[in-house]
Amino acid sequence: MSPAQHFDVAIVGGGIVGTSAALALRRLGKSVLVMERDVCGSRSSGVNYGGVRRQGRSLVQLPLSQRAHVIWGRLPELIGTDGEYIRSGHLKIARTEADLASLQAYRDKSQAHGLDLQIIGGDALRKTYPWLGERVLGGSLCAEDGHANPRLVSPAFARAAQAAGAVVMENTTAKGIHHSGRRFEIDTDNGLQFCSTHLLNCAGAWAGHIAAQFNEAVPMVSAHPVMAVTDPLPAFMNLSLGVEGGGIYARQAPRGNCVIGGSRGFALDDLRARPSREAIGLVLARSVELLPSLRHAHVIRTWSGTEGYLPDHEPVIGRSQTTPGLIHAFGFAGAGFQTGPAVGEVLAELVCHGRSSTPIEAFSIARFSAVSSSVTSTPGDLP
Amino acid sequence: MNTPLAQAVIVGAGPAGIRAAQTLVSKGLRPIVLDENARHGGQIYRQAPENFERSRKTLYGFEAGKADAVLNAMQALMPHMDYRPNTLVWNAEAGCLDLLHKDQTSVLRYDALIMATGATDRILPFLGWTLPGVFSLGGAQVALKFQGCAIGKSVVFAGTGPLLYLVAYQYVKAGGHVAAILDSAQLSDQLSALPDMMAQASVLAKGLYYVAWLMAHGVSIQRGAMPVQAIGDASVEQLIWRDQLGEHRIDCDAVATGYGLRSETQLADLLGCEFAYHPADRAWLPTKDSAGRSSVPGVYMAGDGASIQGADAAEWSGERAAWAFLMDQGLVLTDAEKARIKTLDRQIAKRRTFGSGLTQAFPEPTQWPAMTTNEVVICRCEEITAGEIREIAQASGALELNRLKALSRVGMGRCQGRMCACAAAELLAHCTQQAPSQVGRLRGQAPIKPIPFEKALNANTEGPE
Amino acid sequence: MKKAHSKLTGLWVRLSEMHRDRLTFFLNGEPCQALVGDTIMTALLTQSRGLRRADQSDAVRAGFCVMGACQDCWVATEDGARLRSCLTRIEPGMRLVVTP
Repeated sequence: MSPAQHFDVAIVGGGIVGTSAALALRRLGKSVLVMERDVCGSRSSGVNYGGVRRQGRSLVQLPLSQRAHVIWGRLPELIGTDGEYIRSGHLKIARTEADLASLQAYRDKSQAHGLDLQIIGGDALRKTYPWLGERVLGGSLCAEDGHANPRLVSPAFARAAQAAGAVVMENTTAKGIHHSGRRFEIDTDNGLQFCSTHLLNCAGAWAGHIAAQFNEAVPMVSAHPVMAVTDPLPAFMNLSLGVEGGGIYARQAPRGNCVIGGSRGFALDDLRARPSREAIGLVLARSVELLPSLRHAHVIRTWSGTEGYLPDHEPVIGRSQTTPGLIHAFGFAGAGFQTGPAVGEVLAELVCHGRSSTPIEAFSIARFSAVSSSVTSTPGDLP
Repeated sequence: MNTPLAQAVIVGAGPAGIRAAQTLVSKGLRPIVLDENARHGGQIYRQAPENFERSRKTLYGFEAGKADAVLNAMQALMPHMDYRPNTLVWNAEAGCLDLLHKDQTSVLRYDALIMATGATDRILPFLGWTLPGVFSLGGAQVALKFQGCAIGKSVVFAGTGPLLYLVAYQYVKAGGHVAAILDSAQLSDQLSALPDMMAQASVLAKGLYYVAWLMAHGVSIQRGAMPVQAIGDASVEQLIWRDQLGEHRIDCDAVATGYGLRSETQLADLLGCEFAYHPADRAWLPTKDSAGRSSVPGVYMAGDGASIQGADAAEWSGERAAWAFLMDQGLVLTDAEKARIKTLDRQIAKRRTFGSGLTQAFPEPTQWPAMTTNEVVICRCEEITAGEIREIAQASGALELNRLKALSRVGMGRCQGRMCACAAAELLAHCTQQAPSQVGRLRGQAPIKPIPFEKALNANTEGPE
Repeated sequence: MKKAHSKLTGLWVRLSEMHRDRLTFFLNGEPCQALVGDTIMTALLTQSRGLRRADQSDAVRAGFCVMGACQDCWVATEDGARLRSCLTRIEPGMRLVVTP
């Protein structure tokens, strides 16, 4: 029997995190294998809303987010396509005084991170954005935030990694992974065997299984955002819209379709999710209220996806506490699209230099080690 | 029956849905029948608006007797069922349907579902097919049947299948002008299919009659012929077509095109029914047993929406599915009913043999992908060309239809792939050297047709708990 | 580019059912006539050659399947609503907009 092919790094998961890590690792000269159960970028990375924003993130995420912002600015040169990315601006609107105060507080505390947030009053907003509905007291604008088409961006990272020499295996599930003491040995569901020095756990909402396997279970749950898209409408909204305090988020794609997200769907099974009718109704009603231009629009399609959430809504990024060479990056709580490319670079740094040049201590899996001993498995459960 | 009457819902009021309803009513049930159209009859027996005058003989020709039977049967059922016209079913899940009626949405619970969703034309695009004046074969027929109009002063009928000749015949009979019939099938295809088609000799005879009649009336019938380009400024003025002898031009102001029919299976998909690829239909269809039971308990399928078998088989399979449901509810059959079911099964099976004959007589023009140049628009909603599809398939390594959709936008438009998915699958298979069965099928997504934002979701849910 | 709805000829030809009551509707503000029982598609295509513009290319479209499947026959009303013209009856006083 021939020896299993060895890679410096094996990556489980071909979403934006795994494939941007693969790309970054190739540029640092490491041999890389990506194993993706379906096709790259077909899960959360490919079906999310498409927001590419820094505003609104927890402060601990902002350094990572700023690093990603720079990468997004170079997307075409990095992955060969702009993925319909535009810096349209991200406007978070407030419908109550309390929400407005909240936006102001965020602006103040995030000031040092250079987001250049502008607080704008309701009247001024409606003057600049006449398509905004009545119940807007004010908003916070991050002019350089934007949106993109995840269906184009995420697979493009995979293709770029492949073009850079990564071995990307789609329709391949890493069935059995164990650490021999010196290296990882991986069996795939199509009968192949690999080994590697490092293993990156970028398996998204399903990464908890791998973590648990290496005795560092985390209390991750799955949630299913609901997305609706309209037929093409005349261009009226040139920024990505969010609502302080939750609700819906909306953007108008370059071709005119409005993508609207919000509320929660349900899991059909471990792999697939659907919007619930209540969620669709809620999203439609709230979006017409916020954007009266949608009154005559039609919904032509809805979808959902599966995202991993940890209790503090922060991801796990960093070295395993139990196994040398194992590095985790998962649990992005529905906000991993923008930061993904930076997380990829950080993972490459961890592999090559042993540490990250961007602070990631807040994301250590160690924060759940008290939990590990009591939680034995983390299937994707509904919240 | 001793068991409490289950709430049966029938989706579709064509021949399949109507016979299913009739069967249920005959056993004391009161089904709900949901019809997207304003009047019952489906496509084949589509009724014109009430104030129209043409007789059924004029509208349905040789099928007038059958049309009468089916339409009158439904009329007689009205007091015994809950018939809901102008009602779109836009989503389906276990036990629940989402409806749209007069811009208002609502939820309907069901215990059992008989899906009789029918079919639309199977389209193979050609250059210029999005020009005003090009319509589907079924569309050309609806214009005539439903509105008394011809789609143009001089119409070319291009495609293949029995519908090609039927609609052309109906047009000439109604006083329209047919510039030519271009059948991609060869005469030899049709001759070789004769034995199988003898399984339904009367249907075959009708088909031959239409052809003979058209020829006798001077209509040019070209075989082994396919459209290449519809040309015109504001609308169609000329059609370039090709056969063995080369390229030809014909003046016309309308083109009616279609290559057989494709089943409407989006709701079956959303319900989680298992699908399988049927090579003869070149389509993924929900699996069902011979009685019409799908893989999901409580969901039955009938008519062209389950598999293209024609109007007569739609009636039989509609009735058959209703019997299956009744038996599953615990109904003990009388001897007469058992005999009836045997007859239905036999007729349905015989129709399958005829169906194989039709596939032989009017085969898929497998030359279509190779002759489709890059400029041809494939997805007319999103305006995606064959060239873009080929380029993206090559650059991305996409081998599967949903992936192709995500990257190229084919099938992302309002029609959700009804017009383009068949062609996109053939094209993808061709340019990736795969069999059409290997490229998969588009995932269903609710709403299966566009629904308006304007009215927010109605919280009313009706039906059994 | 020729106007999508030249007043001279329509795409569709009435072969029968012509003894129906007339009604008046408005197309781009101009009064037009149709017959009771016509769909919007019939009303428009018997006197013009287009219903809408394609979203990306702006090419004129006049529908295709005539049975509510292709979604290529949506026609706008003056107040911004859109109707599927192949399955929607034309009503007296309807005010439709078609980009010329």
